[in-house]
Formats: sequence, C-alpha cells, structure tokens
Amino acid sequence: MNIDYTNEELEFQQEVRSWFKNNLPADLKRKNQIGETLSKEDMVEWQKTLNSAGYLVVSWPKEHGGPDWTATQRYIFDSERAAAGAPVGLSMGIIMLGPVLMAFGTQEQKDRYLPRIKNCDDWWCQGYSEPGAGSDLASLKTQAVLDGDEYVINGTKIWTTYAHHANHCFCLVRTDNDCKIQAGISFILIDMEAPGIEIRPIVSIDGEHHLNQVFFDNVRVPKENLIGQEGQGWTIAKYLLTHERTTIAGVADSKLNLLNLKEIARTQIANGAPLIEDPQLRLKIASEEIKLLALEYTNFRTLADTAAGRAPGPESSLLKVKGTETQQALSELAVEMAGYYAYLWKADETAGPAEFLHATERYNFLRAATIYGGSTEVQKNVVAKMLLGLR
Amino acid sequence: MDFSFSEEQTLIKNAVEKFIQNDYDFETRNKIIAGDEGFDRAIWKQFADLGWLGISFPEEVGGFGGSAVETNIVMEAFGAGMVVEPFLATVVLGGNAIALGGTEAQKQEVLASVISGDTLLALAYGEAQSRFDLADVKTSAEKSGDQYVLNGEKTVVFGGAWADKVVVSARTSGDQRSEQGVTLFLVDAKAAGVTVNAYKSMDGARMANIALDNVSVSADAIVGTLDEGFGLLDQVVDHGISALCAEALGSMNSVYEKTLAYVKTREQFGVAIGSFQVIQHRLVDMFMAVESSRSMGIMVALKLGSSDVVERKKSVSAAKVYIGDNARYCAQEAVQLHGGIGVTEELDIGHYFRRLTLFCGAFGSTDYHLSRFADLGE
Repeated sequence: MNIDYTNEELEFQQEVRSWFKNNLPADLKRKNQIGETLSKEDMVEWQKTLNSAGYLVVSWPKEHGGPDWTATQRYIFDSERAAAGAPVGLSMGIIMLGPVLMAFGTQEQKDRYLPRIKNCDDWWCQGYSEPGAGSDLASLKTQAVLDGDEYVINGTKIWTTYAHHANHCFCLVRTDNDCKIQAGISFILIDMEAPGIEIRPIVSIDGEHHLNQVFFDNVRVPKENLIGQEGQGWTIAKYLLTHERTTIAGVADSKLNLLNLKEIARTQIANGAPLIEDPQLRLKIASEEIKLLALEYTNFRTLADTAAGRAPGPESSLLKVKGTETQQALSELAVEMAGYYAYLWKADETAGPAEFLHATERYNFLRAATIYGGSTEVQKNVVAKMLLGLR
Repeated sequence: MDFSFSEEQTLIKNAVEKFIQNDYDFETRNKIIAGDEGFDRAIWKQFADLGWLGISFPEEVGGFGGSAVETNIVMEAFGAGMVVEPFLATVVLGGNAIALGGTEAQKQEVLASVISGDTLLALAYGEAQSRFDLADVKTSAEKSGDQYVLNGEKTVVFGGAWADKVVVSARTSGDQRSEQGVTLFLVDAKAAGVTVNAYKSMDGARMANIALDNVSVSADAIVGTLDEGFGLLDQVVDHGISALCAEALGSMNSVYEKTLAYVKTREQFGVAIGSFQVIQHRLVDMFMAVESSRSMGIMVALKLGSSDVVERKKSVSAAKVYIGDNARYCAQEAVQLHGGIGVTEELDIGHYFRRLTLFCGAFGSTDYHLSRFADLGE
C-alpha cells in the first residue's frame, strides 16, 4: 500500500508542469483564477494550444490521435492543469461525443467527425434535457420521423450549454412512440446551421449567458447522421456513464481554490487583523480542507482501482456528489469572506480586490453543480439501486 | 499508487475477520463483558498465539515488523466485533511508548512479554484538569537519590483496570502546562503506593483512575528522555488515534451493513422500508460516510510514520475530525433507521452506537482536533 507516483510518473508530472508554466497565457490564467467568464475565442485558442502540444484529446486512444496515457497520467495531467490555474477543457466533443463515435459510429462517421473535434474545427453541444425531461430524461419528447433519406426533427431541448457557440449538436430524440420509453430513443447528430433551428438564450443567476433553449421546427437531418441503430440512444447515453470519471470530483481545482482562499484570508483585514485570525473563519477553512483531503483520497482509491482495471462501481456518483458539495462550500466561503464586496456585480478592478470581483457570480453559478450531470438526488437513486440490489 | 493489501496483510485481515465471525459474536462478547474481569484472558492468549500482539513491533524483539497499516487491519476487524480486550491500551499505546522511546532493555523485557500475551500495559496521561492537553501534567516525579518519587492521580485510563505495567506521564520540571518537563515512567501496577480504582466504561470494557502515592521508581523506569517526554507522548497518542480511527471504521461499516440488511427485510405498509426513497437516500449517505472515512483511515495509516511532525499531526487531526463526525452520523442514523429496536439493549446496533459515541471524544474531540489542524497552518 502506497500513495507514491512511480519515477516515470514523476517525470511526466515535471514535463506537464513545465509545459503549463511556459504555455498558459497570463491573461487566461488571471480570468480563470478570479472566475471571469471566458469568451469563445479564449476557449478555442486555448484548446488549439493544447492540441498543438498533444494535450487536448488526452483520453483518446492512439489510433484517433490521443496520447495513450494511463488513468494515472490523465489524473496527473488534470491536477497539473488545475494547479497551474488553467481552465478545464471543453468536454462535449472530446469527452462525450468522441467515445460514442469510437464505440458506436461507422468508419465514415469516425473519419468525418473525430479529426474535426481534435482540431477544434467543430464546437459540439449536447441536446439531452427538455422542459419536461430533466432527471427523468427517458421521458423526452423531441420527435425524429424518417421521411425518405432524412429525419424530420420537431421539439425542444433546454439547458443546452454553449448552443450559441456550437455548430453541431448531438441529440437524444424519440424515433418510436409504441414501445418502452427507453427503447424508443435514438442518438443523432444535428447541424446547428440547418433551417428550422432557433436558439433562445437563458441567462443564469450568475448573470451570464452559458445556457440556451433550442427549438427544432421541421429540421431535416440526413439519415446517415444517426449513430448506431434506431432505438439504441438510451444504451449509448448510458455507455458514457460507465466511462472512467477520475476527475469528476474536481479535486485539483478545489485545491487551488482553497489555496487562493487562504491567501486572501492572510491579506484581507477585518477587525484590525488578517481575516485568517478570525477564529470562526479559521475553523471553517480547516473544515473544508479536511473534507477536501477525504475527497482526494477517495479519488486516489478510484484512480488506483481504474489503473488496476477494476470496473467502476458507485464511486463516480460518490465523487460527483461530494466533489460538487465541496465546490459549492468553497464558493460560499469566498462570498462570506468578501463581506461587502459580495455586492459587486460585473465590477472592474477599480471597485475592489480582484479576488472578490466574481465571488458572488461564481457562488451563484455553482448552485448548478449539484443539478447538472445527474443531480445529487438522481446520483443517490443510482447508488441506492446498486446497494439494495434493486432493478 | 496502490491501495491494495500485500499477501501477508491479506492473510492477517482474513484471519482476524474470521476470528470475529466465528469466535467473537455478539453473544460471546456480552458474556465476556458481564464477567467479573470484563475481558477474556484465553482470547488474549489466542491473539498472542496468532501473532497479532506483535504485529507492529520490530522483528528484533520478536514482532512482525509491520506498520500502522497492519495495526489498522487488526483494529478495523476489532471494531466490527466491538472487541473489548485491551489491544489499544497494551499494544498501540503502552507498547508503542516502549517501542518508539524505550531503552533496549525495556524493549527486550517488556515488548517480548507483551507479544507473548503475558504482560498487559496501559498509558496513563490524563488528569482531572487536563482534558485533551497532553502537556497539562500535575502528577509530580521528584528525584530522591537515584530514585524518582511519583505523586498524583491519572484519570480515565484505557485498560487501566487490567494493566500489569503502566506508562505514566509525570512532571519532572517546568510549569503545570509546559511541554518541557514532562517525563514518561514505566510503573508496575502492583508497586507500593499505586491504587487502581477500576470501573466500567459505557461500552462494557473496564478502565481506571490510577492514584500514585509516593511511588518510588528507579531512573531505569524512564521511557524516553528526562523532561523531553512530551514529543514521545504526543506521537504515541497519535498512534492511538490512527488505530482508533480504524476501529471506528470497522464499527461504522458494521452498522451500515446491518442497517442495509435491515431495511431490505423490515416491512411496513406492506413493503420493505428500503423501497422508500427517503430511506434509500439516507442509506446512500451512510455508505458515502463510510467510504469517505475509509479514505481518511488509509491516509492516516500512510502518514503516521512521517518524520515530518507537522504533517503527521495534521494528518491525524484531519482523520479524527472527519471520521469522528461521520462515526457519530452513522451511529445515529443506524439507530434511527432501525426504529424502536435500535434503542434496545437487546440489539447490537445500540452497542455499536455507544462505542462510536465514545470514539468521538477519545484523544480529543472533533472541535479540539479541528483547532489543532487549523493551528498547525500550512
């Protein structure tokens, strides 16, 4: 039993660390650290920089241009990414669609889409949730009806992150209404430029536009955009859940966040002394640090299991639930520490300390963390089924 | 990075778990604690024969040469069985005081006899006014010729009722609360002037207050260095915390598993109560509490041997805080989800509840360790 990296892994860590040190643009780091919303250009440019170093599609196999890293290397890479203050990459194309195409796509589909994901030529968004289908995703209603060589899509998708940046969308649609609801779902790729698509922005409580509702009005999609077979959509969506999720807890980002909070607590003054000397705040910070330590070791255990080839059990749900709790708690602490600076809204640096400029926005935004990607309650339903042996 | 047990560790784990399952069930345990002595000497001898009493001690004195990982494997299984025999007091506390700070002669004499099961130890560090502060020592040890004369009273000593020899903290210099001037002495429990006032603890084990009235010991009885005993005491108590965290984990896992089994079979409103979502989520929360605590148990076992004292202490305090909070939580949830039967003497759940409640305050409460963690800084 040990928690040590091998010499090769330590070398790899150094290599990645120095790469981030030399290649992360200072302005991007600053924006990421204080929680400023990144522009589309910021994101695309950074992805291209990562790709030029072979650091973008890190979870992909070699045949599709990935580096063939071990799970531990991927964990080290993500930890170094976070510690350097670099933003987390866009996940929709790389983490969500890529593996689906590799497992279920035809050769033609792989050849057509995978290189474009890798080179950041396409921006993919995910069309899963609907106004009437949130946690109960299988009740989705968006229809796809075959008409000659094309599917005709009607319906609406909601909470579509960055639909306004995207040129493609992978969607779950209903192709059969006369069977078990899960069996009537198909997985299809939609060109966002196609006629009949309307995107309406949804501004979230951080005051930013990340989310959208997307409307499909007789949108015609070529038949060859179907992934797998008709009715296989639910299987495909579930396939992604079984994928390795060793960074889902966001441990590395929370560690940096905590480090920043401690630094702020040392420099900000309250009652004539640094904030860190406030006995109650000290204990709150200590308490979060301890919870984060427990999360980190749970993460290590999952990582060691993955590296040893053991199939993931309920751990990824545990990591998601506990990881997002910690993210929320730290953002809450930042707001508390900000005091009156918590009032600032989209302020510039003349108004107050940079650390607090976006503290409230970040806190607001992170309320979504326990809702998206399977809410805490849905995660617990999933784990309960495993523990109790329910079907 | 590898969290799996070695072949030898797996053998130990299987053996201790098998023993608990076959030879230490709830009924057996109840008989043991109802007896006059409160523990079973035959079982203790069995521990010795199986090699468990020497698991963490160096091979030179006949031990197995293991680390905190081995100790915690044993303690976790003992937690599942709520074992009352004084493994913590004798091996982890008293034994480690000698192993980490004792002279060669003390190691040869005392540890060999501990390993063979013939000597029981205790560590007497607490006093009426000291609470969790290991440096707050009023018990005095005054030099008289080549002897030291000890006076004072040590309170709530784990295993104190059964110990043959007691490692006692006493003040040889300095103020009552100063770290400097604390010395550890190895005192024979039968020595003239030693009075052992034994009593039951809530989990059925026995403990004691130990009064020292002009107890005379030679300089050979000093464990570690004169006046410099605090660091050793602190380290030994950290070993105790790590081991007790593992024990708590064993109990937590048991109450979780027993609760899981119960909600699957207990029927109300015509269905198993485990079919109710409100019960399911609470079970999942218990499961997460146990698994996250297990992570902390692994963390502290791996960090306990660190030569960096701050790192060791922070790791120990973090584990105590985290597992303490979750132990209380699991104990309370297990009782609640069992309903009425959960609050009875008849069911084991209530006994785990007691044991886990005691754990929360042992060697420093959650608040105490949260402060210690914060005070230790980066």
